[in-house]
Amino acid sequence: MANDSQKTPKKLIEVKHLKQYFNAGRPNEVKAIDDISFDIYEGETFGLVGESGSGKSTTGRSIIRLYNPTSGEIKFYGEDISKIKHKDMLKFRREMQMIFQDPYASLNPRMKVKDIIAEGLDIHHLVKNDQERDARVNELLDLVGLSRDHATRYPHEFSGGQRQRIGIARALAVEPKFIIADEPISALDVSIQAQVVNLLRDIQREQNLTYLFIAHDLSMVKYISDRIAVMHNGRLMELSTASEVYDHPLHPYTKSLLSAVPLPDPMYERNRHRKPYDDSIEHDGKERSLKEIVPGHFVLATDEEVSLYQASAEEYNEQ
Amino acid sequence: MEKILDVKDLQINFDTFAGQVKAIRNVSFHLNKGETLAIVGESGSGKSVTVRSIMGLLANNAHVDNGSIDFKGKDLLKASPRELESIRGNDISMIFQDPMTSLDPTMPIGKQVAEPLLIHGSMSKKKAMARAEEVLELVGITNAKNRMKDYPHQFSGGQRQRIVIAISIVNYPEVLIADEPTTALDVTIQAQIIDLMKELQNKIETSIIFITHDLGVVAGIADRVAVMYAGKIIEYGSVDEIFYNPQHPYTWGLLNSMPTLDTSSDRLYAIPGTPPNLLNPPAGDAFAPRNPYAMEIDYEQMPPFYKVTDTHYAATWLLDPNAPKVEPPAAIKKRQEEYHQLVAEGKIQSSVKGGAKDGE
Repeated sequence: MANDSQKTPKKLIEVKHLKQYFNAGRPNEVKAIDDISFDIYEGETFGLVGESGSGKSTTGRSIIRLYNPTSGEIKFYGEDISKIKHKDMLKFRREMQMIFQDPYASLNPRMKVKDIIAEGLDIHHLVKNDQERDARVNELLDLVGLSRDHATRYPHEFSGGQRQRIGIARALAVEPKFIIADEPISALDVSIQAQVVNLLRDIQREQNLTYLFIAHDLSMVKYISDRIAVMHNGRLMELSTASEVYDHPLHPYTKSLLSAVPLPDPMYERNRHRKPYDDSIEHDGKERSLKEIVPGHFVLATDEEVSLYQASAEEYNEQ
Repeated sequence: MEKILDVKDLQINFDTFAGQVKAIRNVSFHLNKGETLAIVGESGSGKSVTVRSIMGLLANNAHVDNGSIDFKGKDLLKASPRELESIRGNDISMIFQDPMTSLDPTMPIGKQVAEPLLIHGSMSKKKAMARAEEVLELVGITNAKNRMKDYPHQFSGGQRQRIVIAISIVNYPEVLIADEPTTALDVTIQAQIIDLMKELQNKIETSIIFITHDLGVVAGIADRVAVMYAGKIIEYGSVDEIFYNPQHPYTWGLLNSMPTLDTSSDRLYAIPGTPPNLLNPPAGDAFAPRNPYAMEIDYEQMPPFYKVTDTHYAATWLLDPNAPKVEPPAAIKKRQEEYHQLVAEGKIQSSVKGGAKDGE
C-alpha cells in the first residue's frame, strides 16, 4: 500500500478548519472536533487513532455528512461537500461509503443478505432487473469471501466476522472511491481480525480504493495505514507516515499513547516504562496549530515550540 | 507451591432449543497462591463459563455434568447456595468486564463499596464505610473522602473500573477473578488498571485469574497462561513458555495473527475458517479443520497433554514421538530462538526439559 510513486498524489479529501460542535452556544456545548485540517490522498490508507471521546468517529461521520459541520470545509475531489443540501447528497454518497464498528447493530435483522447488499444498487438505480441484481450480489459475495448460498439468509445466521464481510460487500456495491472504516475490526475475535484486515487490503489493491481507517488498536493501525493522525480532545496532535509516528513520535501525547500499547512479548512488558501525559500543556491559552517539524511530519505546536520539536526530531536521527 | 484452587475434569453443558451445547469439555487447571493465571481464548471458547462456574453464577440452562472445583478442601460444585453465598464476594470475588453496567447507577459509590462488608456481616456500618474509603483511596480514587456520596455517572470510565475493583477487593479476597476487566477501556487507562492490579496483588496477597483475549495484556500481567479453544484447554505453561516456546498450532496462529509494532510484512497471518459448533463437537482435535499442520489422527482422536517441561503441557499430536517434525511459522521460530537466547543469558528461567508423554 505504501505508494511511493514520484508523481504528486491527487488529493481526494481535504479537510480545512473543520469544527463540529454539539449543542453549540448552549451551556452543555461539546467541541467534539475543534478546528482540524488534513488531506487524504488518492489510493492511501489514512489512519486516525485516539482514545474514546477524542473525536475520531465524529470526524469520520462529519466527512460522510452524517452530521452537519459547525464550520470549516470538507472537499471531495476539490468540491466542497460540507454545505451541500440533502438532494445533492446522493451523488457523492455513491462515491463515499462507510463500514461500521458493530457488525451486529449495523445490519437490518429483517432483511436478507442479498437485499442488504443490494440496497445501494436499488437506491442508485445501478441494476436494470432482478437478474442483474442477483448477478452483482453474487459477484460481491465472491469478492468478500462468502458463499453464494448466503444471499438468501438473514444476518442472525452469521458469525461476527461473516457479518463484517456482509457490511464490506454492502459498502462496495456502489463502487465507491473512498471508504470510511470506523473501528471495523474491534468487535471481532483476534483470529478473525487478521482475515478482515487482509480482505480490506486485497480489495483496496484491486479497486484502487482510498481508506480512512479509524481505530484505537494502535498496532493494527500501524500495520494497515500509510499515514496516521493522532487525535486527542477534538484536535490533531501529530500527523505523519505510519513509521514516523511510531518510530519517531514527537508530541508527548503520542509518546504516552505508544508507551501504553501492550505487546505480546513478556520481556518487553517487564521492562516497559509508561510515559504519563499531562494535558495541562494544552490548556495554557496559547494558540497552537499543526506545524511541519520535519518534511511530512506535523505536530500541534506554538511558533516557539517548533524549534524544540525540531531538536528532538534531530535526536532521533543521531541515534 | 500451594494450590488455592483446583479445578478437575470440568464438564458443563447448556440446554438450548437446538440441542445440547458442550461448552466446557473436560477442563482441569489449578491456581497457585499469589500468582496470576491468565486464561486466553476467543469468544465462545468457554473461558467465561469456566470462571462463572467457580462463582456459582451459571445460567439456568447450564448444568455441570462432571468435575470438581476444590477451594480450601471444599468442593464448590457441591456447596449449598448458602455456603456459596458466604464465599462469593468474600473469599472469592469477581471483576466484570463492563464498568458501565456492573455498578448500580442509583447508589452512592461509598455505599456500593461497603456493601460486601455489610452483607458478609463482618463489621459495623461505620467501620465498613471507613474501610470503603480506605480501599477507594487504595485503588487510586483521589479525594475519596469527599467522593463517597457521588454516583457512578460522576466518574469517568477508568475511575468506574477502579470502583468496581474496589468493590471486589474490599473483603481482601483470596481469589480474584477478573473477566476481561480492561477490554472496554482505552489503552492508556488499560495500562493504569493493569498496573493497579499488580500493585494490589502485592499489597493484599491475592491470587488472580485473569480472563482476556488480548495477548498483549497477558504478556504484561500473567505468571502462567492457559489457552482455551472450543471448550478445552489446549496448552498451558509459564508466560515465557507460552509466548516464546508455544507448541500448539492454535497458539502459534494466535501469536502470529497479531501485528506487533514492527510487523511490516505484506499480509497478516490469518487463521482460516471459524471455530467449531459445540452442539456437535468434533471427535478429534477441535482445531484440526483450521490447522495447516493437521494429521489424520487429529480428525479422529483427541490428543492427550504432552509434557514439554514440568510446567508446560500442550495437547497436540505434533508432540507425539511418532509425529513428523514440522517447521513452525517463521515468526514462531523467531520467538523460540529468542527464548533459547534469553534462557542462555539467564534472563528467564526455564524448567527442566521433560520427557515424552503426559503424567499429571
